Amino acid sequence: MTQSPILEVEGLCKALGGKPILSGVSFSVRKGEMKVLIGPSGGGKSTLLQCLNFLHVPDAGVVRLAGQAVDPRQRKPLYAYRQKVGMIFQDYNLFDHLNALDNVSLALRKVKKLSRAEAEGRARAELARVGLADKEKLYPAELSGGQKQRVSIARALAMDPQVMLLDEPTAALDPELIGEVLTVIRELARSGMTMIMATHQMGFVRSMADEILFMQEGRVIEQGTPEMLLDIESGSRTLDFCSHLAEFESGGAE
Amino acid sequence: MHQAIEVLLQAIPYLIGGAGLTIVAVVGGMGLGLIIGLPMAVAQVYGPAPLRAAAGLYVWFFRGVPILVLLFLFYFGLFQLFQWNIGALTAATVVLGMTSGAYQSQIFRGAILSLARGQFRAASALGLSDRQAIRCIVLPQALRLSLPGWSNEYSILLKDSALAFVLGATEIMARTQFVATRTYQHLALSLAACGIYFILTWVGVRALRALERRVAVPGFGNQEAR
Repeated sequence: MTQSPILEVEGLCKALGGKPILSGVSFSVRKGEMKVLIGPSGGGKSTLLQCLNFLHVPDAGVVRLAGQAVDPRQRKPLYAYRQKVGMIFQDYNLFDHLNALDNVSLALRKVKKLSRAEAEGRARAELARVGLADKEKLYPAELSGGQKQRVSIARALAMDPQVMLLDEPTAALDPELIGEVLTVIRELARSGMTMIMATHQMGFVRSMADEILFMQEGRVIEQGTPEMLLDIESGSRTLDFCSHLAEFESGGAE
Repeated sequence: MHQAIEVLLQAIPYLIGGAGLTIVAVVGGMGLGLIIGLPMAVAQVYGPAPLRAAAGLYVWFFRGVPILVLLFLFYFGLFQLFQWNIGALTAATVVLGMTSGAYQSQIFRGAILSLARGQFRAASALGLSDRQAIRCIVLPQALRLSLPGWSNEYSILLKDSALAFVLGATEIMARTQFVATRTYQHLALSLAACGIYFILTWVGVRALRALERRVAVPGFGNQEAR
């Protein structure tokens, strides 16, 4: 049961424009675990995720994947590390000039150096996995938000990541499209993918999260299972925040 | 009137020969401008500070001086100084190309800056190097967005190329002048030159339009192109 962690984060600090965004974040993730980041906007969730694959280079702190510390100054190992850590963005960031198939196969050809035929075969398999087998010829502008996000998930999965980082993957979606994306993520979790996900989809968090990290002002101020933190008796900051979230959501639905 | 038509009929094949040289200068100039302008635009957006400053200086210089002055400066000045003995047409092509490079770099730079930044991050997150992200993601999009500006640059460069005649290159304008001073048919010959420039502009702009449609991506860039 006591498995060594696949990803360890120690004392991560990051300031942007002179303002501290992360102030010493530490945690570790075991293989197959689903960690959820919750907290007010500006609390550092997005910056944390971007620091985890060095899209932002942290000012201090260590990130270890399978025991191996990452040195962002060394290009080759950094690019290799990024292949192993998939990233899903709130606004998809699909490549606008490429159709769905090329979006997924590009990095396979350019980074993994597969032949076009091999890359496209793999890309088709990943598109089928997210339910978009018949959309491979469509360009981003021709896809719905939910479809775009599923293409971006297929694109990340094609690289065989060991960990996936998801930065509010449903926040930009119309409510009726959220389900299709969450379904894909749920499937992924069941298949054993290790994930760190910022989200405010509380139903999803309750049923899927192994642990919640509540972030505020650049720190993890609470940490625990959904049962612990979301228990009505817990009196946790997380519960308080989520109850406001629920009020807001039900208020918006009326 | 009769005489004018006679002169024209004789002169037109000669003028069209000059159009050949004009095309060489313009196509060469656009090509050289692309070779100079594209890396410079990339350097200005992604390069280190010294490279950015150097590109900025280049653009500032070539945009700040009239082409006529540049032609004299290089052909009679710098090329002589360095004993680079090239013909008038080649010299004009090089100067037009260097100038166009400055303008083209700003067309490409604007296009690069207009792209959604997130795509570069997505490419990095997949393990692409910065160089690969620029080559595979940024440039294919930026070049598509640049085509309307590039077509504009073509039409400007085509007309600037008429200045090559001051160096003695026997392009359209030089030949027009040559015939006109001997036959006194200035109006007719100038109109003929107008006609040739007009056709060259029209054909070039149409061709670039066709290219724009050919490489268009659904929902991306200039929608009226389709």
